[in-house]
Amino acid sequence: MNIVVCVKHVPDATANRTFRASDNTVDRAGVDGLLSELDEYAVEEALKIAEAGDGEVTVLTMGPEPATDAIRKSLQMGAHKGVHVSDDAIHGSDAIATSLVLAAALKRLEYDLVLCGMASTDGVMGLVPAMLAERLGIPALTYAVEVSIDGDRVTVRRDSDTAVETVVAPLPAVVSVTDQINEPRYPSFKGIMAAKKKPVETWTLADLDVDASQVGLDAAGTAVTSYQARPPRSSGTVISDEGDGGVQLVDFLAAQKFV
Amino acid sequence: MSEILVLVDHDDGAVRKTTTELLTIARRLGEPSAVYVGAGAEAARETLQAYGAAKVYVADSPDMDEYLVAPKVEVLAQLMASASPAAVLIPSTPEGKDIAGRLAIRTDSGVITDAVDARPGGGEGLETTQSVFAGGYTVEARVTRGTPIVTVKPNSATPEQAEGAAQVESVSVTIPDSARATRITDRQPRTKSGRPELTEAAIVVSGGRGTGGDFAPVEAFADSLGAAVGASRAAVDSGWYPHAFQVGQTGKTVSPQLYVAAGISGAIQHRAGMQTSKTIVAVNKDSDSPIFDLVDFGVVGDLHKILPQATEEITRRKG
Ligand SMILES: Cc1cc2nc3c(=O)[nH]c(=O)nc-3n(C[C@H](O)[C@H](O)[C@H](O)COP(=O)(O)OP(=O)(O)OC[C@H]3O[C@@H](n4cnc5c(N)ncnc54)[C@H](O)[C@@H]3O)c2cc1C
Ligand SMILES: Nc1ncnc2c1ncn2[C@@H]1O[C@H](COP(=O)(O)O)[C@@H](O)[C@H]1O
Repeated sequence: MNIVVCVKHVPDATANRTFRASDNTVDRAGVDGLLSELDEYAVEEALKIAEAGDGEVTVLTMGPEPATDAIRKSLQMGAHKGVHVSDDAIHGSDAIATSLVLAAALKRLEYDLVLCGMASTDGVMGLVPAMLAERLGIPALTYAVEVSIDGDRVTVRRDSDTAVETVVAPLPAVVSVTDQINEPRYPSFKGIMAAKKKPVETWTLADLDVDASQVGLDAAGTAVTSYQARPPRSSGTVISDEGDGGVQLVDFLAAQKFV
Repeated sequence: MSEILVLVDHDDGAVRKTTTELLTIARRLGEPSAVYVGAGAEAARETLQAYGAAKVYVADSPDMDEYLVAPKVEVLAQLMASASPAAVLIPSTPEGKDIAGRLAIRTDSGVITDAVDARPGGGEGLETTQSVFAGGYTVEARVTRGTPIVTVKPNSATPEQAEGAAQVESVSVTIPDSARATRITDRQPRTKSGRPELTEAAIVVSGGRGTGGDFAPVEAFADSLGAAVGASRAAVDSGWYPHAFQVGQTGKTVSPQLYVAAGISGAIQHRAGMQTSKTIVAVNKDSDSPIFDLVDFGVVGDLHKILPQATEEITRRKG
């Protein structure tokens, strides 16, 4: 069983994320990056499936040079090898181009199962998994909270607003997982040491036969025309409960016409 | 006038409020056509008409419910080719995003997710507004290629009535064999809480780890205000409240008139789901909690004392 996990390197959500003034793209240089937390769940699920049977886990990322850290962290967790697609022409790519490049890379890899996070923590679009499936012509089972493999079939449980669903599809398939699915492991000391020897390949667009004109900012189907930091909320009133905190709260709500 | 496709979100004929919001936004862009997939279109037509749908495309076949997004993708792709709409509006739900992603690849069109507004772009298609980086930034964007596909968040517009012709056109849909391979084999509907929908409510009262697992004071306070109940991930992970009620990055984004956070610290991932609320109130026993940086009004103290007192006071004032 060959599992490929698509992982993204993103600016740390707890830092002050911002945009590049020159082209309105996400600033990936000014803020420390890390493996998108939501992709850790996909890596963990891949490792569990591989450990339960006999599987090999490859992590695939597309991004500038530092994105290799996302691969490194996944290898430390236990993934077997990594593929990093890196090319200057990729800067500014939208989800359409990202899925084009990742699909081209997947075609060069062997896969029975492609695992993704539910969304990247920077763009939070949650589009790439469905787009990958559309490009590869295989099923997409998104927002899984439980995954099981039975021979050449995958079954997932989805927990939607209106219902809990069980969905079945033949492999190969793309599955995206939510943060409800598992508890990602921390790399062990052994894992950190072992990761140093694991193979990581770097591919360019030329290796994938993807033309540079199909990706990057100029090829994007959308453009951010302006961005503005949300003005800080004006500081409100904070009181200490001296026994009548509940009543004071209602006084405030009544003054605002909520009561 | 240019045609705008609006994918109808419905529960067996009961049109959800998000749809009337989308129809309202669509009218600012052109002439809305509702796209209804599944059973129950007859019952839905009246609402779609009242909110200005000029056309109602209806696609229904008996086995449609067994597949994930495939029927909706097929219908929309077919209509995008035959009707050449100026834009396609889809509700910003997990399903809506899957549909939008697949359509964007099929039609080589730019896609924008989680818009809170869409308006004519001054001669150049449409312009949208989104909130990004956990609500830290507001961006404006445009689609520069193909037919704009936009997923719109709930509560982005106040639904306004305007009579439309609601001319029904049936659309036949063939689900390709490849898509038939993916099947829903079981579906257990959720029991309804009887409270307002979390993403649609004017008031939301959420509880966190500070409830210690007892949501009764949170629910009672919510009910006294006619509010929806939400929860932090810590409360959901502890099994105290169902995941469908989680507010935050990996739960729901809410933007109500009033948001009350009780026993919630205000982590960035939680703020991502509520910081665009109009008025924010917090009850927390730790005055250093980051949630107090966001509040219009905060009470430092024990929620198990403060919420019941407030509930009682509201009941008393209502007389
Ligand atoms: C990838 C990822 C996604 C996430 N997504 C989400 C998300 O969608 N939503 C979300 O909420 N979180 C999310 N989180 C988790 C988030 O980081 C926080 O861990 C979580 O929000 C904390 O919940 P809390 O505020 O209830 O708990 P805590 O941070 O433990 O805070 C509890 C608060 O209750 C107060 N308190 C305790 N007792 C009382 C009392 N008796 N009366 C009053 N106050 C009291 C304490 O002072 C404290 O401030 C995510 C995390 C990650 C890594
Ligand atoms: N540049 C990338 N490299 C690898 N995987 C990605 C990349 N961008 C997105 N993904 C995958 O697609 C998922 C959804 O991302 P998004 O559609 O950007 O929200 C992520 O959780 C990743 O699994």
